[in-house]
Amino acid sequence: MDCTGFPLRAERGGAAKGMAIVIDLRAAGYSYGGSAGALSGIDLSLPAGSFHFLTGPSGAGKTTLLKLCYGELKPSEGQVALFGKDSRMLSRDGLALVRQRIGVVHQDCRFLDHLTLAENLALPLLVAGRDPARETESLSQLMSWVGLSHRATAYPPALSGGERQRAALARAVIMDPDVIIADEPTGNVDWEMSQRLLTLLGELNRLGKTVLLATHDLALIRAAKPLVQARVLRLADGRVQAAGTEL
Amino acid sequence: MTRLRPLLDALRQRLADLAELALGDRASDRVVPPTGHTVWLTVLSAAAMAFLAVFALALTQATGRLADAWAEDLAQSMTIRLAAPAAEADAQQAAVLAILAETPGVASARALTPAEQAALLEPWLGPDLPLDRLPLPRLIDLVGGEDLDVEGLRLRLAGEVPGAVLDDHTDWRAPLVAAADRLRMLGWLALVLIAGVMGAVVSLAAQAALAANAEVIRVLRLIGARDFYVARAFTRRVTLRALAGAAGGTVLGMIAVTLLPSEPATGGFLTYLGFSGAGWLAPILVPLFAGLAAFLATRRAALRALARFE
Ligand SMILES: Nc1ncnc2c1ncn2[C@@H]1O[C@H](COP(=O)(O)OP(=O)(O)O)[C@@H](O)[C@H]1O
Ligand SMILES: [Mg+2]
Repeated sequence: MDCTGFPLRAERGGAAKGMAIVIDLRAAGYSYGGSAGALSGIDLSLPAGSFHFLTGPSGAGKTTLLKLCYGELKPSEGQVALFGKDSRMLSRDGLALVRQRIGVVHQDCRFLDHLTLAENLALPLLVAGRDPARETESLSQLMSWVGLSHRATAYPPALSGGERQRAALARAVIMDPDVIIADEPTGNVDWEMSQRLLTLLGELNRLGKTVLLATHDLALIRAAKPLVQARVLRLADGRVQAAGTEL
Repeated sequence: MTRLRPLLDALRQRLADLAELALGDRASDRVVPPTGHTVWLTVLSAAAMAFLAVFALALTQATGRLADAWAEDLAQSMTIRLAAPAAEADAQQAAVLAILAETPGVASARALTPAEQAALLEPWLGPDLPLDRLPLPRLIDLVGGEDLDVEGLRLRLAGEVPGAVLDDHTDWRAPLVAAADRLRMLGWLALVLIAGVMGAVVSLAAQAALAANAEVIRVLRLIGARDFYVARAFTRRVTLRALAGAAGGTVLGMIAVTLLPSEPATGGFLTYLGFSGAGWLAPILVPLFAGLAAFLATRRAALRALARFE
């Protein structure tokens, strides 16, 4: 695997740097409309530059909580503030701009299957009105960072699970976001690959990016201990309990 | 001035958005996958509707010209019917011609000869009729200019030659002009219907394309695309297709209109069905209008579809 350091080191003044809390949930809750609420009374503050694991059994609401954190869902109770702005007060364009600052690795990756891997990675630039043709350098560096240079012209359905996850991470960081949210990024990959993904996320965190990583895999969290300084949040019965730095 | 600033900024943004929509870029076009059958639905329906619209336009223009022509020709030519006892007929006819001779605005006046009258009646009454024994009115053909005072002439004739009746053909011209006007209304109605069907079909095609690409829309929104960007990806494509289809249909329609039989022998109305002069510019508006309709219909459909995704 051809690996290099994370390429997008352009140090920006960083709105996130001056801001203590980038994502802030106050008594937030979400219900899918069924009988029992999926989440309720969630208090969660992510300081800029922090690394958090979100853990809990399958069905605990990890994905739901992450969706609140990047505005795919709006809280049905309480408040969610993204970069200091109430997500329910954001206009649709405002939400789009917030998302350009939050890179998301979705549980199911979500690529456009009719575009090549390189085109998929460039997509966030394109929709933000930037010209990917002018940023081929950083694009190819990014692909080499996740070890996918040789797969640039492949279509997503042809990628392996590990390749998809690394590609999803590359797409999540192409905009040099302040926050990276990853939902079970190691779900479909072997142990070695999950270590590699953790290393990449740790590298991003050391560059000052806020990371929120959901996983039900406690072994992964234990393995991360030497790599990153992370706090662990446990989601159970629809509520968040801080589990501190140890499990 | 300060209050104008945001307005101007919004306007500038709108204009920039429109320019971007028109120019676009190939990379953005690739964002939405091509969807087979809706392409042809849009192109073919736009072509068919444009083809029909060209005919409807030709109809409205033709009826307009026809009504004008009838109004003009017939206003100029009038007839005076003179019913008088045989003994006085010649004297009264002379009196009428004398009046006409001194009436301003009468371009020409001429009494029909008995032979001409016979020729007029022959189709109805047969060739062997002893016309000289029938108490036929004398007929005087007159052609009036613009400055002819028809009512004044009518009054003077009534006063001086009571047997003379001036017929300016209003009675049978009115229904013809009314019929032409009604045809023109039908032409406009057809244009409105065509526009409506076109909008509906494009709307349906756009909705089908949007529904087929729900996942694409979701992904684009999640990676930070503004609604405008997503809507543009769809509207641009559908608009260009409608524009192309309508352009093709318009060209075919104009060729068809040009190829219509045009010899006068084929009869009044067909002779007029076509475009003349500045009228040729009207069909050029058809593709532009189709493009605009497609743009508005798709944008509406796209923004509605987008509302379902956060
Ligand atoms: N779109 C949905 N509609 C209805 N219920 C849902 C939906 N998504 C998730 N849920 C329910 O909400 C709960 C939390 O789901 P989720 O957030 O996906 O948990 P996790 O990611 O921890 O496995 C589960 O009970 C799940 O069945
Ligand atoms: Mg989940």
